[in-house]
Amino acid sequence: MIWLDTLVQGILLGGLYALFAAGLSLVFGIMRLVNLAHGDLIVFAAYLVLLGVTLLGLSPWIAALVAMPLMFGLGWLLQTVVLNRVLGKDILPPLLVTFGLSVALQNGLLEAFSADSRRIPAGALEGASLDLGLVTVGVMPLLTFASAIVVIVALNGLFYHTALGRAFRATSDDAVTAGLMGIEPKRIFAIATGLAMVVVTIAALYLGMRSNFDPAIGPARLIYAFEAVIIGGLGSLWGTLAGGVIIGVAQTFGAAVNPEWQILAGHVAFLIVMLLKPRGLFPRAVD
Amino acid sequence: MLLETRGLTANYGQFRALFGVDIAIAPGECVAIIGANGAGKSTLMRSITGILRNDAQMVLHRGESIGALSSAEIMQRGIAMVPEGRRLFPSLTVEENLLIGGQVRRAPGPWNLDAIYDLFPILRERRRNPGTALSGGQQQMVAIGRALMSNPELLLCDEISLGLAPVVIRDIYAALPRIRAGGAAIVVVEQDIGKALAVADRVYCMMEGRVTLVANAGDVTRQQIHAAYFGEAA
Repeated sequence: MIWLDTLVQGILLGGLYALFAAGLSLVFGIMRLVNLAHGDLIVFAAYLVLLGVTLLGLSPWIAALVAMPLMFGLGWLLQTVVLNRVLGKDILPPLLVTFGLSVALQNGLLEAFSADSRRIPAGALEGASLDLGLVTVGVMPLLTFASAIVVIVALNGLFYHTALGRAFRATSDDAVTAGLMGIEPKRIFAIATGLAMVVVTIAALYLGMRSNFDPAIGPARLIYAFEAVIIGGLGSLWGTLAGGVIIGVAQTFGAAVNPEWQILAGHVAFLIVMLLKPRGLFPRAVD
Repeated sequence: MLLETRGLTANYGQFRALFGVDIAIAPGECVAIIGANGAGKSTLMRSITGILRNDAQMVLHRGESIGALSSAEIMQRGIAMVPEGRRLFPSLTVEENLLIGGQVRRAPGPWNLDAIYDLFPILRERRRNPGTALSGGQQQMVAIGRALMSNPELLLCDEISLGLAPVVIRDIYAALPRIRAGGAAIVVVEQDIGKALAVADRVYCMMEGRVTLVANAGDVTRQQIHAAYFGEAA
């Protein structure tokens, strides 16, 4: 039964990685932008939630709800003021700009919050577990996974059943022709990045409640997110969930064999998928 | 005038593609712009629709300078384009391609999904297909319908017969009088002179980035067109 337990833990961990990755996948899918500061933005959002809890005395859930519109605004501003200026045929400028943003964010957080690791207090939920007969699962991992499903269902609903989603897909296909439809691609990009930051806030909430965080852990979250997106096939949200689950399962099995192998096993799984399916498991037809 | 260009120039880097083009389109009018490959017809369309930015006063809509506006702003003023090569959105179904044409601007007018399905009945059957799964002619119908969904004052059609079979071209041109009856002015950019003259009130001929002939479509002679099109005495 230990293997079944490991498998379930891995799948649930995949939910966290899918949450890390969903915002990255969204932004990449719409504007072919790889945001290297994505992990640091998750950490930034975690501190924002923490401030809501410690300064305002809010529950983590309410603090995250308050942080969401702030993070949306931040994403909107970031895209409008910075990223829209560097998007173009050359993929290097946005990479450099977001790399610079990553460095600036890490150092800014270090200055503001010191290098001490922090945690968002979640009260009784932290240790709560559910006995499902064959396996016992933590309530927090279960909530994380359920949130990942809700986020992906919601984003897919937005993409395929709303006028805004139609504009997202059209702009992603062909920004010039989208302009001929009266759509301002740069405005669409700003909304998309704002939305990605809302997802980032949800990811940050669970990151902060499940484990300790400090200003330096952003880049590793970026790598997990990036691997999940690539495994899934760029731009496919369900693929991103599958990618997160594959990394999560590989990590828990790696850790079950030898705790030192946890991180390595995730990366090895990524490399194996790349060897077998270089375009990911669910690639988009038009890329 | 509904739309005017005044001394419109356009450049691709060092290369100048338009040298002071003046055209004028009245409300409800149908104007043909003909010329050989490379004459500057598509560049003119790209300049009017803001894909290429210009000096503000080089393009006027109802007397207001719009030359420096973005494509989206120009479209929202009621100038819709059927782009060369159709440019349907591959991620969208036929119906979504139509809907997106009227998503940002929907003026009151005769055009909506039902009216477009009546104009091109085959699209109703194909409405759930991806836009790019259709034949070239059907894709052209979607592109025209998509531009009509906003009920534009001016419909710019860039090379709508290019690469299509004659029988399909006939069907598409048969729709133009119905579109005019709906009130929109139409600009038809064509290499097929016969098709263009059959539907237009007036014709502009372009060569090497300049307008070489302006005439009423009914009066113009073959010799005049030959001279303006090829730049030689007939």
